[in-house]
Amino acid sequence: MNLNRVGASAKRVLLQLKHDPRSIALIILAPCLLMTILKFVYWSEPQVFQRVAGALLGVFPMLVMFLITSVATLRERTSGTLERILISPVTKFEFILGYAIAFGIASAIQAIFVTTFAIGPLGLGIKGSQGALIGIAILDALLGLSLGLFVSSFAKTEFQAIQFLPVILLPQLLLSGLLTPRDSMPRILAGISNFLPLSYAIDATKKTLFGQGSINGDIFTIVLFLFLLLGAGSLTLRRATH
Amino acid sequence: MTSAISISKLTVIRDGKVIVHEFDLEIESGKILGLLGPSGSGKTTIMRSVMGLQRLTKGAIRVFGTPAGHKSLRTRVSYSTQDASIYRDLTCSENIEYFRAMQGISSNSTGEILELVDLTNNRKQLAATLSGGERARLALATALVGKPEILILDEPTVGLDPLLRRDLWKLFHRFTSEGKTLLVSSHMMEEADHCDELVLLRGGAILAKGSPAQLRKKSGHENMNSLFISLVEKQ
Ligand SMILES: Nc1ncnc2c1ncn2[C@@H]1O[C@H](COP(=O)(O)OP(=O)(O)O)[C@@H](O)[C@H]1O
Ligand SMILES: [Mg+2]
Repeated sequence: MNLNRVGASAKRVLLQLKHDPRSIALIILAPCLLMTILKFVYWSEPQVFQRVAGALLGVFPMLVMFLITSVATLRERTSGTLERILISPVTKFEFILGYAIAFGIASAIQAIFVTTFAIGPLGLGIKGSQGALIGIAILDALLGLSLGLFVSSFAKTEFQAIQFLPVILLPQLLLSGLLTPRDSMPRILAGISNFLPLSYAIDATKKTLFGQGSINGDIFTIVLFLFLLLGAGSLTLRRATH
Repeated sequence: MTSAISISKLTVIRDGKVIVHEFDLEIESGKILGLLGPSGSGKTTIMRSVMGLQRLTKGAIRVFGTPAGHKSLRTRVSYSTQDASIYRDLTCSENIEYFRAMQGISSNSTGEILELVDLTNNRKQLAATLSGGERARLALATALVGKPEILILDEPTVGLDPLLRRDLWKLFHRFTSEGKTLLVSSHMMEEADHCDELVLLRGGAILAKGSPAQLRKKSGHENMNSLFISLVEKQ
């Protein structure tokens, strides 16, 4: 592995973001706005706000990074830049790692803003550490990245790529404990949710907020999913076409 | 004679359509080979094949004796695509900077490379806002990073003003005097005289091969366009 190339790739992706200040603003402000709406929706039921907001904290990083990655890699494919890079000495691993570092940084910044805003002005109660929350958000974002990378190879246009959002993320949202806690869902659904990565991100986030139990198992599972999905995603970066 | 690139019986069939048919070619080290043919004649497909980006239906391609697309060739062969493969949301400098980092050690600085393609004044401009010709030059510039021994340039002089075109051909000849080998495509027969060797292509098959002087002598035509027409009519 050549760290120079990894660093250059990460820097390049961050520069692209820098040239797009509107996207940066959306990445940070949209989650804060949604949390505020949630606060007012559950104004008279603080416990419900606590539970739903906690789960939602686990949703943002994956949702945003899934979208950004699927559009960004699709652009790399259609503009020919991906091919241009794959004919250089860069390895797929270095290329993906560059993206992971850049989007990891972007999601860390997002998580710092959103958690600080939720814990402060919105009065979200937290028993664990905010640092743990941010760490979970970064892993969660990388899950979104690997899913986006994988899915973008099945799309020919940005229009199609966006259509994967409801297909890939909505079932996870419904089953991951955002609406009802996972243990109060019907057995089959709870069983399915065990195979969805978002479930573990939300579990870990909630445990950190409520100070219930160890998150080590969740983190381990998320990392396992990450390796599987990134492996599958890197297989989709092919050089030669028919 | 040592061949830098050797192509034998290259055939590419896509969706049942023959794009390139039994294409044979040897390119000598230190020469400029011009691949001339109208749009759709298969120039881009042949170049992609040499880069290992195109699955071959039949045939074999060797670059420095190694199968095309092999890992060991990645620092030795560079390629600039016809439709500029650049980051439109980065500036010219940032684009070159990035591709230089990807290629490893470069013989030229970012400033020098932009100078070569006359984009010094555009270095801080986003690639998305460049004109067609400027964008083509930026694409060409991405092939000048690193220390390539072979440059494969797909229509590098399209849409450029005559002065700049002349300067680029001078640059290409400077490259060959340094021992580099160039495979350059164009749909304009007027470019023929800048090349050491020519391949005239039509419908994925070779019409004629040889140096410009040889082709003129054989056909009796001075003008490359009428030479091409006479070859097509003879078929
Ligand atoms: N993906 C594809 N599927 C089918 N035909 C294609 C595809 N890409 C290119 N072609 C056809 O291959 C032929 C040669 O294309 P190309 O190599 O780009 O020619 P040139 O570079 O000389 O203009 C054209 O007739 C084009 O229509
Ligand atoms: Mg072409």
